[in-house]
Amino acid sequence: MARKSPEINAGSMADIAFLLLIFFLVTTTMDVDTGISRKLPPPVEEPDQDIDVKDRNVMKVLVNSQDRLMVNGKPADISELKNLTKEFMAIYPDDGEHPETTERFIEELNRNVVTSKGIVSLKNDRGTSYQMYIAVQNELAAAFNEMKEEESMKLFGIKYSQLVDENQIKAINAIIPVRVSEAEPEDIGGS
Amino acid sequence: MSRFKVKKAKGDVAINTSSLPDIIFMLLFFFMVTTTMREVTFKVKMKLPEATEIQKLEKKSLVSYIYVGPPVNPRMYGTNTRIQLNDQFATVDDIAEFVQIERQDRPESDRKLITTSLKVDSDTRMGIVTDIKQELRKSGAFKINYSSRKGGKKKK
Repeated sequence: MARKSPEINAGSMADIAFLLLIFFLVTTTMDVDTGISRKLPPPVEEPDQDIDVKDRNVMKVLVNSQDRLMVNGKPADISELKNLTKEFMAIYPDDGEHPETTERFIEELNRNVVTSKGIVSLKNDRGTSYQMYIAVQNELAAAFNEMKEEESMKLFGIKYSQLVDENQIKAINAIIPVRVSEAEPEDIGGS
Repeated sequence: MSRFKVKKAKGDVAINTSSLPDIIFMLLFFFMVTTTMREVTFKVKMKLPEATEIQKLEKKSLVSYIYVGPPVNPRMYGTNTRIQLNDQFATVDDIAEFVQIERQDRPESDRKLITTSLKVDSDTRMGIVTDIKQELRKSGAFKINYSSRKGGKKKK
């Protein structure tokens, strides 16, 4: 019974869609946010109250205002930093030079694993460029990531980045914790 | 030879465009899904540093941003490094308040998961970044992310 409805002209539909498309192209961005994630330590009430860490357990990385690196009192180049860190965090039991090791019970593996007590301490000057700072952070992250990869290959035979099992990821993270501590800021000079 | 003649004869038949809107709509939806709205207009210039060991920031709704860099319009604002929070310039002292407001905007269960993304120009001196980090520590925003682009192994 219905009257034959006149057909709507859909010819301009494409134009409308184009208009919307262009609007979205202009107002939106496609960039994904990427970066190096770090966790800041909670503020300390008394700055003098230092936690007692044995000297050989700490790898001191200093960056001065000329973007020069100093690792444990010796000048170093950024390209060496990754290997220095890996070497430092490697496990050498009963060796007075390297950081102490400790046996920790890893719940996920149900056995004890020898882990290093080493800490990387990073200190920078107020005049250090951000680019250099990120480069140093990046090299340190690379060192820890590589150690995780190696540990994962050794334990599970799969790359860390390809691990799916939550427990395996947790186990690796427990064996190799990313221990990069940032010192309280101070001017270390060299401006 | 006859094949070519047939083609020539059909030369000016109009192309059916009735599916054109559908194609455009498909493109539209693709862009709507893959992109995000621009949240602020940048008042500072940022050339992010390059890094190789980068991670993706997972939940965008739980990220608040702090932009640091030289102003886009140096004639009006000079060339000194400035901090931008939301849509305006700010000082280091404003960060505590900014963190508070960002926290109140999120549901209570997610407040601990807020990440602060530091988008800092690569030529910035660390002094201002250290100040920001100290301020974030004081206000309890511990999770931070140094925003950087994926780059090859370029050594300076």
